[in-house]
Amino acid sequence: MIISAPLMMVGGVVMALREDVGLSWLILVAVVALGSIIGILIVQTMPLFKAQQMRIDNLNRVLREHLSGLRVIRAFVREPTEAKRFDVANHELADTATRIGRRMMTMFPSVFFVMNISSVAVVWFGSFRIASGDLQVGQLTAYLNYLAMILMSVMMATMILMMAPRAAVSADRINQVLGTSSSVVPPAEPVNELSRHAEVSFEAVDFSYPGAAQPVLHGISFTARPGTTTAIIGSTGAGKTTLVNLIPRLVDATAGTVRVDGVDVRELDPDLLWGRIGLVPQRPYLFTGTVASNLRLGKADASDEELWQALEVAQAADFVKQMPDGLDSPISQGGTNVSGGQRQRLAIARALVRRPEIYVFDDSFSALDVATDAALRAALTPEIADAAVIVVAQRVATIREAEVIIVLDDGRIVGMGTHDELVVNCSTYAEIVESQFKASEVAA
Amino acid sequence: MSNAETPTNTPVKANERPKYGPEHRSGGGPMGHGAGTGEKAASFGPSLKRLLGHLRPERPLIILVVAMTAIATALNAVGPVILGQATNLIFDAAVTNHVKIDFPAVAQVLEVAAACYFGFFVLSWLAGFIINSIVQRSVYRLRKQVSEKIPRLPLKYFDGQPRGELLSRVTNDVDNISQSLQQTLAQILTNLFTVIGVVAMMFYVSWVLALVALVTIPVAMSVVMVIGKRSQKLFAKTWKSTGELNSQIEEAYTGHELVTVFGRRREIADQFKAKNAELFEASFGAQFISGIIMPVMFFVGNLNYVVIAVVGGLMVISGGLTVGGVQAFIQYARMFTQPLTSLASMANLLQSGVASAERVFEVLDVEEETPDAPGALPSPVRGEVAFEDIGFSYDPDKPLITDLSLVAEPGSTVAIVGPTGAGKTTLVNLILRFYDVQAGRITIDGVDITSVPRSDLRSEIGMVLQDTWLFGGTIRDNIAYGREDATEADILEAAKATYVDRFVHSLPDGYNTMINDEASNLSAGEKQLITIARAFLADPSILILDEATSSVDTRTELLVQRAMKNLRADRTSFVIAHRLSTIRDADVILVMEHGAIVEQGNHDDLLAAKGAYYRLYRSQFAAAAVDEDAA
Repeated sequence: MIISAPLMMVGGVVMALREDVGLSWLILVAVVALGSIIGILIVQTMPLFKAQQMRIDNLNRVLREHLSGLRVIRAFVREPTEAKRFDVANHELADTATRIGRRMMTMFPSVFFVMNISSVAVVWFGSFRIASGDLQVGQLTAYLNYLAMILMSVMMATMILMMAPRAAVSADRINQVLGTSSSVVPPAEPVNELSRHAEVSFEAVDFSYPGAAQPVLHGISFTARPGTTTAIIGSTGAGKTTLVNLIPRLVDATAGTVRVDGVDVRELDPDLLWGRIGLVPQRPYLFTGTVASNLRLGKADASDEELWQALEVAQAADFVKQMPDGLDSPISQGGTNVSGGQRQRLAIARALVRRPEIYVFDDSFSALDVATDAALRAALTPEIADAAVIVVAQRVATIREAEVIIVLDDGRIVGMGTHDELVVNCSTYAEIVESQFKASEVAA
Repeated sequence: MSNAETPTNTPVKANERPKYGPEHRSGGGPMGHGAGTGEKAASFGPSLKRLLGHLRPERPLIILVVAMTAIATALNAVGPVILGQATNLIFDAAVTNHVKIDFPAVAQVLEVAAACYFGFFVLSWLAGFIINSIVQRSVYRLRKQVSEKIPRLPLKYFDGQPRGELLSRVTNDVDNISQSLQQTLAQILTNLFTVIGVVAMMFYVSWVLALVALVTIPVAMSVVMVIGKRSQKLFAKTWKSTGELNSQIEEAYTGHELVTVFGRRREIADQFKAKNAELFEASFGAQFISGIIMPVMFFVGNLNYVVIAVVGGLMVISGGLTVGGVQAFIQYARMFTQPLTSLASMANLLQSGVASAERVFEVLDVEEETPDAPGALPSPVRGEVAFEDIGFSYDPDKPLITDLSLVAEPGSTVAIVGPTGAGKTTLVNLILRFYDVQAGRITIDGVDITSVPRSDLRSEIGMVLQDTWLFGGTIRDNIAYGREDATEADILEAAKATYVDRFVHSLPDGYNTMINDEASNLSAGEKQLITIARAFLADPSILILDEATSSVDTRTELLVQRAMKNLRADRTSFVIAHRLSTIRDADVILVMEHGAIVEQGNHDDLLAAKGAYYRLYRSQFAAAAVDEDAA
């Protein structure tokens, strides 16, 4: 239509002029009138479309929050508040949509009006030209038709133009996304050969969020060697998750160097880097699919035996066996159809399937009861004996056996050593231990 | 010309779990997507009726609009005839009689024509305005209805489907309905009346020519139907693919961290490309085929034009018709095919709108919770909670809780421990009536909780959940959510008691810090503290802590525990935790396994009993125990 409309218009103009040039000014007036009406309407609606998109976003957001916080809202009896919030968003959207609609609905009647009045004008002015002998009646009829054709093509163009503002606004939003550049950039010339294996080291690493006054991490230095477990413990907000996120380059350090297998992670080929890491994040997220498809995220070509092996170690084999379809049992988005503890175990199995050199467990045992936690760790130890394991945990019992325990406070390392050493040397650690054990137990 | 709008996800039955799984996978990969079966509007007729029923409150306005449009199109239809009369005057004068053209007479006729057209303009403009308001108001009401339905729906409805599904219906589908209605309503009325009016006028001018012209209708219709059938299939495919693409993107985005670290970016990108290509093909095909309708209709119209011109010309020569008549007729022929084309392409749009309407109706038809009973809890509530032989399961084939009995004295702390899946969170769900017991009853101070309104019940119970939920507002607002009439002093008190105050002061905006969705400015533990402050503020007589503090490290937890202890002084508390340190001080410890309480007592008694609790406790000190045995 973008092509046919202008062509039709040009064609119509040419043919009309062939019939009679004397009336050509009419066409001009008609087209200009039409053009300005449409132009004004479009200019007015552009900002309204932008507003409408935002209002739709808003409505979405309010409803999404409501749905994700359903239990809390009901427990705190806040349904009326939520209803009000939704109503406001609903009203605003309806308001904007109405204003847009009004202008849109003006388009067609206006176009038709110009068309019709032009026809009247053609007959009127044409009659003079017929009287003066410059025009024949048949030509007048033809002229009317060409006029209709021209204006019809303008109308078609209008319909396209009506969609243009909406499309432009959306295109703008898409461009915004496309134009965002990542802060974590893969290296231009990646290193893709590694000599040392399964070693992670931090050298005087700092990290702060862009624009933040305080650094989240400050001066972090340690080495996690293969075959050892390095545990990180610390108070809420001390920066533990940020620290482990630096390893797979989910974020980059703002000072200092993070090395995997001896090479600065920023210089490593990303695939190589990720291939070495098995991450179990704080909130285990499962994808829509089956138990098997989720486990295979770790390794696409894993055999069923490998999957069961991983499940056994993760203490998840029992409940998967009990599920109606076993490995092929469905998992819904986010893994909401299994309990929190089961989700964590599946996430751990997923990392195990991968058999990486470096394991990163970010508070991955918190949803497990103490017995399962202990059993899991017991099964895990032989399985991951050669890997470098980094564990972020809350429970001292989970990390007690670690070769190196790092105590983090306010983004700094305030203690590093074994459990026994830290109990004596690090007051922060001692406090943590005390809160979890009775004094008598610790002394024993 | 206006083709089907934003495609939507395919219909999913409200009370069934969505069917995921290997048999529905499209192309393997980490995420198996194949949502639904691609049904079109299953029952077009009834659903359309129901949709139109939603417009009923606007009835008087609709009647007005119909009347206005009828008059307007009549005026428009009359126009060409009047113009034809003017032409006749000119022709008779100039050609037939060779006299001077009677300009005043012509002017008069043209004035009438202009007046008609002006009337058409004003009326159709106003009608458009009114239709717009009608549609927007109806759509507003529809959205409101859905939002009002949500609080009345049982939790099991929401647990049974992904969030995005319901969201899509409220935004995408309702939006689609709005677009469809807006575009079709106005045009259908106009077009219908135009066709009727034009046909009437055609017969008025010359019944012979009219018959000639009408021959084209069946031809046009059959063409449109054939094309329409083929494009409809492709449109359905387009919506299905769009829905699948949407789900794919949403999930990959949410699980972005994992996708990256497990090195699956390329694979996800490939999956996307494949689905995108699928969508493109379907969409292109649909648009292309339906795009043929226009040229075909034009062709038929032009053919018609030629025939009319020829026949009309012959009739003029033989005296059966005036020149003005032919001119008018030609105008009418044009005015005839355009609305037909419009109506044809509108069928698609309407089908799309009705399909979306069906999805929205599905939500409105979901079975609601049992209505609230008009009872009352004793005031003040002492806080004695009793479970009497309760039984419950989510899945009838898998009994979860059977014959559970327990009495919690007012002000006591009950700790519930046990392996995951033992039914602990379920107990909480039952106390709060998120789900109702299937056997037995739960009472508070002797009053059955199903006999009082849910809001009354929940006002007495404070809750801190395993998953923190905070909305997009300031920290202050989120804490204040606990109680509507809380003062600034109350909020500060709650914040101080739960150690929120400490970390809030290290934030640049303090209490005015906005909590955003992905909340990168607060750690998980800090968010937990805020939810605890919120519960603190609510000051309930019964407290439920569901693994609340597992994300808070044990140092801070110690402090929070102290505050909680004060909080719990006169309250009955149910604590579900995994850390023995939190439950050690409980008055009663319940050990649950497989939906039943296997042990009951306090810490020292249970240790002495050397049962399930003892085993649990020992495993925390497995290393210490080994050392002891070895020594």
